[in-house]
Amino acid sequence: MMIEAKNINFYYGNFHALKGINIAIPANTVTALIGPSGCGKSTFLRLFNRMNDTIQNTKLTGECLVNGQNIYDKTVQVDDLRKNVGMVFQKPNPFPKSIFENVAYGLKVNGISDKKYIAERVEQSLIAAALWNEVKDKLHQSAFALSGGQQQRLCIARALAISPSILLMDEPASALDPISTSKIEELIHELKEKYTIVIVTHNMQQAARVSNKTGFFMYGELIEYSDTKKMFLNPENIQTQNYITGRFG
Amino acid sequence: MRFPMKIVERLLEGVFKMSSSITSIVILLIIIFLFKEGFGLFRSPVVENGYGLYINSKNPIADINPTQIKQIFDGEIDNWKTIGGNEESIYLFRFDEIFSIYTDEELGENYQFLPQKLNNIIAENSNIIAFFPKKYMQEISSNTKEIATKNIEITDFVLGKEWLPTTTPSPLFGIVPLVLGTLLVSFLAILIALPLGLGVAIYLSEIASNRVRGIIRPAIELLAGIPSVVYGFFGLVIIVPIVQKVGNISAGETAFTGSLILAIMALPTIISISEDAIRNTPLALRESSYALGATQWQTIYKIVIPYASSGISAAIILGIGRAIGETMAVLMVTGNGAVIPHSIFESVRTIPATIAAELGEAPIGGTHYQALFLLGCVLFLFTLILSIVSELISKKQTSKTA
Repeated sequence: MMIEAKNINFYYGNFHALKGINIAIPANTVTALIGPSGCGKSTFLRLFNRMNDTIQNTKLTGECLVNGQNIYDKTVQVDDLRKNVGMVFQKPNPFPKSIFENVAYGLKVNGISDKKYIAERVEQSLIAAALWNEVKDKLHQSAFALSGGQQQRLCIARALAISPSILLMDEPASALDPISTSKIEELIHELKEKYTIVIVTHNMQQAARVSNKTGFFMYGELIEYSDTKKMFLNPENIQTQNYITGRFG
Repeated sequence: MRFPMKIVERLLEGVFKMSSSITSIVILLIIIFLFKEGFGLFRSPVVENGYGLYINSKNPIADINPTQIKQIFDGEIDNWKTIGGNEESIYLFRFDEIFSIYTDEELGENYQFLPQKLNNIIAENSNIIAFFPKKYMQEISSNTKEIATKNIEITDFVLGKEWLPTTTPSPLFGIVPLVLGTLLVSFLAILIALPLGLGVAIYLSEIASNRVRGIIRPAIELLAGIPSVVYGFFGLVIIVPIVQKVGNISAGETAFTGSLILAIMALPTIISISEDAIRNTPLALRESSYALGATQWQTIYKIVIPYASSGISAAIILGIGRAIGETMAVLMVTGNGAVIPHSIFESVRTIPATIAAELGEAPIGGTHYQALFLLGCVLFLFTLILSIVSELISKKQTSKTA
């Protein structure tokens, strides 16, 4: 298993945000996490690159394993973990730098200074993020000159540049128009060959289209976790069924 | 019931409109007054009002400028050749010398013969330069001619290297030493305050816990509330002796001392504005940087500082603005020597300190008074330029965020 959670409990101050979560996510699959707002799915996603560390006054119990290693172990360097676990955020948030510098940033902060290698990686990452043809002539223009959908693909390229094996996506298409969204979804489909992807989404059609497995969260609990087909056609839990059919949520 | 409500609303609207227009008009009038009084200087004669400078009409000198007048009367120039005249030593004649040449009887009971005698003296000495009230020279005879009858020129003011507002016969209003003093003290202050202020701002926004920040930030804001005379007093009693001892100089009242005090005074502005700018860096940008494996320091200097750079520049400019206009503290610790500074360990005099120190002894409407108002105009232009620049920068900042 690529990612495993064992009896995860997470608290924001006194608020019990995640309650006894157990999950196992295999490599080279897309796993969608769905559920109503405030159910804890984003919090759960952010555990796997230790993004919640930056929030004050939180508490975690249980084990988060990536490749069998507990990532909250004292011997684990957060920077090293994040090199292996990339993340794409909800809103496109390029740095106020050029397109090239945006993609090169992850390499540079990790101590890579070989210009030829950086240029290669930037090109490969932009190709992998299906953005290369659109930006190859304006690599040194500001990233803000791109459209929202292009910016989000730039953020994906930025995450791919440091060669992670896992890609966490926190509602990556929620701020985009339908055409940009479908481009991102196609991209997720291709990226699955090389990466293990966990995607949080509000859009159930999107979950059904892109994922192999789906987890349904509610009130901080993982209600159901199974193959996407099974989840959408024949859910075991009545709450899942209500949510998926739109009777609730 | 709606009708009376509407009247009240109308009334309130009128009151607000009126107060805003009154405020704008008052500000405008103040600025107009400032410039009107100040520019009166260029309608005043070079020589002290009511007095004239006269030479023998055979003297080829056509005119002399205020600096030359000052040098002649200080004895620095003692030959007409130096300023382009004949090879002749200058005979300096001041008005009261007439009484040692002629007796009261010769001058007449009501000094009615005095103009005639003055005329004689000028006619007899081809190398004379005489300085006396114009009323004794109402009809200029063919033997004498008046020189330096021009008004003070803008170049005398803007390019003049000497500020001697009370010398006779012609005061010098050169603002170069004052402008240089002001700029030196202000920029040195920013040079000291910027690294300190930026360091504190980064510490407060990125490193300090909420509790520590809750203590330090109000303390820094308290610094801004201390009256500047208290800073001046503190500087005079504590910093001046230290600078004097450490620098091993004869007087501790120097440009450097003033800059130190100003730096402390500019710190609250720089800290709070740049901290706000740093805090305004979107969390999403920081998180993306962390998510790519960047450390906290890499995120601060590669993402946060560049993003906040326009806010930080605005902080610098406002800090300079504060320093340029500051009067009391600077007046107390810089020594106020109105000379062009050659090192930071020399006494300097700033524009606001000059106005504060001299306005009390300048007769209203006189050239000195007008010159001080013109200094006020110069200061106003400085701060106006600074606030326009900071406005432009913060506009750039807003467009970047949008």
